[in-house]
Amino acid sequence: MIIDHPLLGPRDAAEFIYLGDACLIDRPDWQAEDAADAYHDYGYIRDNIAGPMQELWYHEQGDRSWLVVTRDTLTHEITAVELARDVARARGRSK
Amino acid sequence: MRYSALRILKEGLTGNKGWKPVWREPEPKAEYDVIIIGGGGHGLATAYYLAKEHGITNVAVLEKGWIGSGNVGRNTTIIRSNYLLPGNEPFYELSLKLWEGLEQDFNYNAMVSQRSILNLLHSDAQRDAFIRRGNAMFLAGADAEYATADQLRAELPFLDFDNARFPIKGGLFQRRGGTVRHDAVAWGYARGADSRGVDIIQNCEVTGFDIENGVCRGVQTSRGPIRAKKVAMCVAGSSSRVAATAGMRLPIESHVLQAFVTEGLKPVLPGVITFGAGHFYVSQSDKGGLVFGGDLDGYNSYAQRGNLPVVEDVAEGGMAIMPIIGRARLLRSWGGVMDMSMDGSPYIDKTHIDGLYFNGGWCYGGFKATPGSGWCYAHLIAKDTPHPVAAEMRLDRFKRGHMIDEKGQGNQPNLH
Repeated sequence: MIIDHPLLGPRDAAEFIYLGDACLIDRPDWQAEDAADAYHDYGYIRDNIAGPMQELWYHEQGDRSWLVVTRDTLTHEITAVELARDVARARGRSK
Repeated sequence: MRYSALRILKEGLTGNKGWKPVWREPEPKAEYDVIIIGGGGHGLATAYYLAKEHGITNVAVLEKGWIGSGNVGRNTTIIRSNYLLPGNEPFYELSLKLWEGLEQDFNYNAMVSQRSILNLLHSDAQRDAFIRRGNAMFLAGADAEYATADQLRAELPFLDFDNARFPIKGGLFQRRGGTVRHDAVAWGYARGADSRGVDIIQNCEVTGFDIENGVCRGVQTSRGPIRAKKVAMCVAGSSSRVAATAGMRLPIESHVLQAFVTEGLKPVLPGVITFGAGHFYVSQSDKGGLVFGGDLDGYNSYAQRGNLPVVEDVAEGGMAIMPIIGRARLLRSWGGVMDMSMDGSPYIDKTHIDGLYFNGGWCYGGFKATPGSGWCYAHLIAKDTPHPVAAEMRLDRFKRGHMIDEKGQGNQPNLH
């Protein structure tokens, strides 16, 4: 697979480390009433989508950026690649 | 119809006209006592043991494609019980004991061959870890045998003992481990279940569950609704997809694992050999092909095919321990979809919905577990209590802090 890095252009997927579902960006509030349950779901429960899925890839053998890659788990086709930083900020993180 | 040498002789003398299909192709009934979703090895084994051990014969096995079309026909056929943790090892030892008596039990030739499995070790720390694991195996009644490098040199002279990066310092044998003809396992269980009255219904995809007031009353299928007192999921690889139709989210990711076979060679490997410094395991089939595999591709996939970097990585692992295979040509490679669980261990459990049971999360160790999984799942379905050796394989173990993490990798499924 080729991942079209937003800064570096097309790169071999073997340069990356795969973390998993991009929902891992959305860390729960540790002070919330239901924090224990929320962290259990965050840590252990996955949608495990068959089809287009947003996922986190880390460019370890490159610029060490985290990317959000939209990839179809049925065909391995990649349709979008974004910097995870931009995605997280768009969701209201680290403002 | 029982199979025997006498039967073969008789059929041979009468033109082989007496052989019949070994399972029926029934239409689904309106209602069953138990529906098992998934006609793979585990589902068929569950049906077989439900009928044989618990007398529950009003059972249907619903299979989307044809039986044995999933991972029971796509694995590297290895059986073993060389685990460490108390939540796992007694279960896998029960499974290995069932393998040992399986062919007599279901009167079918599954070519169970206890040709041994050898885990190579490459460092002093790894020697300590392997000897500890061997002792844990003894505690569960399994066999284990430590071999020094000198002993291995005599037995397996072709290994690359003096490899500069990963010298072979010894190994841990389980002599009772080995290989099995995998398709025959599905067929043998199917025949045994069918002859006891179980309906095996192929080309019947489950599309939803009938859940009324928190109780599962049956399933919707591509061949119409079927009612049941109990419904048991057994669809590893597709667990999340099927469970989602019941509104469940699971501690599972689906990943692709590749396997490979070379052209047929003269006998060279006496048993199964695994590399301790990378990830590579290999055996030789009775036809002569070297059957081997390695790591997952590492990303979520339902595609049943992998990519080339893993092919290269696996081949390098093989070359690191046995350079003699370097000239062998690869005949086929294929991929299977694994239910990778969050700690590398499986689930055999009830769900929060009454009458709905779950079996999955086998990672890439499901084949060896087939008899034990069927045995324990049938026990759970029949008695509504977990079998003692599978009592820790629960869906809620992360919430309770009781992970069964053999490799100590944490909640990262692609590392297990």
